[in-house]
Amino acid sequence: MAIIINENTNVLVMGMTGKQGTFHTKQMLDYGTKIVAGTSPGKGGAIVEGVPVYNSVREACENHRIDASVVFVPAGGTKDAALESIDAGVGVVVVVTEGVPVHDEIQMVAYAKRKGAIVLGPNTFGIVSSGKCKIGIPPNKYFVEGPVGVVARSGTLTYEIVGNLTASGLGQSTVVGMGGDRVVGTTFIDVLKMFEEDPLTKAVVLIGEIGGNAEETASEYIKTMSKPVVGYIAGKSAPPGKRMGHAGAIIERGKGTFQGKVEALTAAGAKVATLPFEVPGLIKEMLGM
Amino acid sequence: MFEYMGKEIFAKFGLPVPQGRMITDPAEAATVAAEIGKPAVIKSQVLSGKRGKAGGIKFADTPEQAAAAAKEIFGMTIQGLPVERLLVEEKLKIDKELYMSITIDGAAKMPVLIASAHGGMDIEEVDEEFIIKQHIDPELGMQPFIARDVVRRMGIPLSGPHGKELVKIVQTLYKIFIQKDAELVEINPLVFSDDKVIAADSKVTIDDDALFRQKDLPYVEERSATEKAAKDLGLSFVDLEGNIAVMANGAGITMGTLDTLQYYGGAAANFLDCGGGTGREATAKALELLIAKNPKSMIINIFGGITRCDQVALAFKDINESVGFNCPVVIRLVGTNQDEGRAILASIGIEAFDFMAEAAEKAVKLAAANV
Repeated sequence: MAIIINENTNVLVMGMTGKQGTFHTKQMLDYGTKIVAGTSPGKGGAIVEGVPVYNSVREACENHRIDASVVFVPAGGTKDAALESIDAGVGVVVVVTEGVPVHDEIQMVAYAKRKGAIVLGPNTFGIVSSGKCKIGIPPNKYFVEGPVGVVARSGTLTYEIVGNLTASGLGQSTVVGMGGDRVVGTTFIDVLKMFEEDPLTKAVVLIGEIGGNAEETASEYIKTMSKPVVGYIAGKSAPPGKRMGHAGAIIERGKGTFQGKVEALTAAGAKVATLPFEVPGLIKEMLGM
Repeated sequence: MFEYMGKEIFAKFGLPVPQGRMITDPAEAATVAAEIGKPAVIKSQVLSGKRGKAGGIKFADTPEQAAAAAKEIFGMTIQGLPVERLLVEEKLKIDKELYMSITIDGAAKMPVLIASAHGGMDIEEVDEEFIIKQHIDPELGMQPFIARDVVRRMGIPLSGPHGKELVKIVQTLYKIFIQKDAELVEINPLVFSDDKVIAADSKVTIDDDALFRQKDLPYVEERSATEKAAKDLGLSFVDLEGNIAVMANGAGITMGTLDTLQYYGGAAANFLDCGGGTGREATAKALELLIAKNPKSMIINIFGGITRCDQVALAFKDINESVGFNCPVVIRLVGTNQDEGRAILASIGIEAFDFMAEAAEKAVKLAAANV
């Protein structure tokens, strides 16, 4: 098992004929992802890496079973692309694009909620059920199968921590990127609930960052979990009021501080790593390894 | 965005604002005050709150007084910002100050309207029970019934002139928020002046990511020169107070690098996220930004997925041959084409580390030794 995606997930790539779309189609295929179709309006009939390209998501759905889609469409067209996938009944929509207007994000997320679709992102690296299926842009070689579920807001920091886990002999069940923007489709609690129910997952790593209150809210659920949770919060040294790249990474009026998040997680029974490379040790400690 | 720009948007949408206009020459203040024909207020236009407390807002009963006040305020510095524009407008008769804003609640994933019948300078200290929060379902939008209920909850009678006007203002404010891709529209204070309700101030923040479709809006640069140069290169740069220059690929890992430096007793001079897939040329330009900070040491932390290590290393070679480095350099370089990259670095005498922690520790030591 794993969560959200597995070895049977059929994937559609939106914006497949673009530079990013083509490059990552190849990377995902190399990882073993079942990419069955792509879209690129006006370029239907093309073939990319042996995969057929269609003009619309509906057209792709007429020819294939589509379980998940990934959006590599520029920011101005991202809302349209995500809505198209959701409207066609695609159950999992991974939006990699960064710089999407926040009002567009609100509309996408609202429509997904109405149609019961899972949206990861915008501004996410994607999702990997290690050894089974990768949707998104992470480097292939660090993701190996194992017992640790990972959920994160940030991309490269996740690669860093996943790299550390793998180097310590700890593979991952599923690694989920929620996205770095202020409005994203999925919350920590949504993902934690799935990990709690997933038989493959024995422990969970939550990678957060300063700003917002997502980690504090997640802590309420962590209290009720049977599986151990290790947290890491980036941005301890960030000065208040400065934006640090991610729309989410900003401390406003004393809320969303590093200290507040660490206290909330600790009170919920999670262990919090001070630095990224301490995560594997804490996982082993909590699993009694 | 300056107060007067926000008010110009308000006026275009029919939201009542005081009579007046912005000037860039203090000598015009008397003319504008005469046009108004009433006592005036002269307000410095800077991107900072606390203008009143800093002496950046003055009242004038006559055009002569307006000219004197304008002369006094013009050229002041408020919280480090020079006053280069003034807003001269009618002094309102203020019977009551209220507060109203719309912003985005990331946790709820929808807009939220915040209103209070107790507005003004001390809004942040107003008791929670007097603050009304109303989330707006994006599929519903701001329906009239929602606006009416907000006004009722503010304790303002719907039957009176103020109540009727407020219901309109709530709806107009939401229209501006949506149509202008705003992250924040705020009126504080919103004032009762006899039977009228007028926006005495404005604060409007537009989503940077939506500027491509909001081309008619005035844009105000709020970044430092270095931050702006980085933005133009597609990089994310923030000036900080320490002496170790930092570059990494990704916001999270850059923050992680800052935290690791702090753990070893160092302090970052900046935050520079060069993103994924940055090539040789952009990396070289990013390195120039770091050199310009005159740091005591420099740490580069690359976990290359899309980013190719050889391209990063070639950028180092380019800089080494052109401007040269002005401090010791530490690099952590792993990922795609790692071996090629490290061979290039070795040819110019730079050793690459495998782990972030050891690189950070070394950068802190080098900065401490470089006095």
